[in-house]
Amino acid sequence: MKNNNIILYVAILIFGVLAPFMLPAFKVQLSILCILIVLALTWNIQGGEMGYNSFGNILFYGLGMYICASVQVGMFFPLAEWTESGGEKTFVHSPTQFFQGMAFGLLAAAIVPTIVAGLIGYAILGLRGHYFAICTLGLGVAAGEISGGIEIIGAGQGFTTPPFPDVGSLESRGQFFYFLSFVVLVLTFVAVKSVYSTRFRLVLNAIRDNEDKAEAMGIQTMKYKIIGWMISAFFCGLAGGIMGGLVGYIDSTDVAFDGREMGVFMVLMAILGGKGTLWGPVIGATLFHLFKEGFWTYFLGWQYVALGVLIVVIVIYFPEGLMGWLREKYPEKFGEVVDEADRKAQVELK
Amino acid sequence: MDLLIFQVPILMVQASLDGILLGILFALIAYGMALQWGVMNIINIAHGDLVILGGYITYFMYLSGIHPALGVIVAPAIMYFVGVGLYKLVINKVVDRDLFISILATFGISILFMQLMNFAFGADVVLANSEFGTTMLFDNSVTLPNSKIFSAIISIIFAIGLVVYMKKSKLGRAIRATAQNARAAKILGVDTEKVYAATFGINAALCGVAGSLVAITFTIHPYMGLPYTIRSFMIVIIAGLGNLPGVAVSGMGLGVFEEFADYILGTEFRIGSVFLLLVLILVYRRFKLSKKREYLK
Repeated sequence: MKNNNIILYVAILIFGVLAPFMLPAFKVQLSILCILIVLALTWNIQGGEMGYNSFGNILFYGLGMYICASVQVGMFFPLAEWTESGGEKTFVHSPTQFFQGMAFGLLAAAIVPTIVAGLIGYAILGLRGHYFAICTLGLGVAAGEISGGIEIIGAGQGFTTPPFPDVGSLESRGQFFYFLSFVVLVLTFVAVKSVYSTRFRLVLNAIRDNEDKAEAMGIQTMKYKIIGWMISAFFCGLAGGIMGGLVGYIDSTDVAFDGREMGVFMVLMAILGGKGTLWGPVIGATLFHLFKEGFWTYFLGWQYVALGVLIVVIVIYFPEGLMGWLREKYPEKFGEVVDEADRKAQVELK
Repeated sequence: MDLLIFQVPILMVQASLDGILLGILFALIAYGMALQWGVMNIINIAHGDLVILGGYITYFMYLSGIHPALGVIVAPAIMYFVGVGLYKLVINKVVDRDLFISILATFGISILFMQLMNFAFGADVVLANSEFGTTMLFDNSVTLPNSKIFSAIISIIFAIGLVVYMKKSKLGRAIRATAQNARAAKILGVDTEKVYAATFGINAALCGVAGSLVAITFTIHPYMGLPYTIRSFMIVIIAGLGNLPGVAVSGMGLGVFEEFADYILGTEFRIGSVFLLLVLILVYRRFKLSKKREYLK
């Protein structure tokens, strides 16, 4: 069992490294897939393990996007002039400036959302159930509306991120962003997996199953909830920063704080794969990305109709997701001991 | 930041009157949300989209030459059946389940409605001009469009009508009984399935009325639904479920807040400030309750 797992991880890692060379036409798609998996994995910490269904993780994603781009520009050029009239035409980042800016930008894009998550987490993680869901929904939309009114980051007309510098080959932009997002994906997966193998996951599950009892057992639930949210925010911010560079253009409500797309996608992907499992979000995100690309390409215009129907169908008929379904079908594979005679008796009863 | 409103006090009168008239309309929308939340225990994110759909019915009446004021009778009649249909298709499957399931499922419906309305009616901001004219007050320094006064009066009529209907009619009694205890109501012979369908239909009809009034007094756009959902959610949590005078007062309060935010912060921050206010109210109530080691239920 243990050996099989290692082989699987190595195989995925090798595939991940070779993918942009084997499928050069799909580099951007693969980078987006990595970002989507990161978002689904981090959403799962709240929605799946902790039982706090958040619509607000988009806040950290958008924040990371704006911060990364602002740092990248602001380190070398005046930010206000850049956004005012398409500054990317007047100011040009040299390759060193671009990569330096990106590095510091991503650092800031990870740290600032983490701090923000700690601060607002203390305030709103005391809400429970649907109040938390609606509150985070409000937070995400408010962030989009407010950032759409701030002049220095482009207000309503958007913010163009620095274009990728000319470093010789045409392929390098796609490869750079692919490997960046792949590294972040690997980091996220390792972090989430190692966190889940400690007592932390049990605490989160205790909070999900019965928060009052968890508190009565002496667990400082607020502390764990905030830490969980900060972990999510850290990786969401990174993902947002990369996505900003990849898309090349930031708009407050259509790209950064896009509650109607990314904000719902991350919830949907985790539920589709099976929330509360490690692999569920990964599988869910991959399936969802395939579905999404199909629809966005061949049924352009109808994609939101399809998305709406998909949400309703998944939520109503498959709330446990793919992993939940598999678990019900093959409980032995998930380490549950099943008494064969008992099972047969149940089947006969049905 | 624009502090003009504090230098010219008459603007405050203008903003308050506008806000109160607007707030009465918000209260009507919130009433529908309180009804479905209280009776069926679901939170409907597509609530605002039903409002917009009602608005489009009125807009099309206006386009075909019928006076849009008649929309307040036609739109609820159509929307009642839309509501019942929606209940039969989707909502009946989320009634007894976790609230988050209803939030997410209706979020899906909301996205679906937005896009379908976008296809059917186009992405332009439209309004149904009622040509009611305006009323001038205080030596012509305060302007009130008559359409806003009309909308407030119609909202009050429908709200009172519904309260009376709930108290007196057989269906109203059944709805109230189901809200108190669905199982007991079922045992005593109330067809709760029917009651739920009717409740959702009535809620959609209320949205239809409100939507017509929105189309007459303001503008409508396929993507404008979510702010109405959030406003009604906010009004309901401030007032508390089942507190109808509270809904009216907090509706008006929200209306006045919005008008002042519009003057002080600027129109671009209007929707943002509404959403931020929701967050602040929830956080305030959470800290207040956590002193007693309780939480919002």
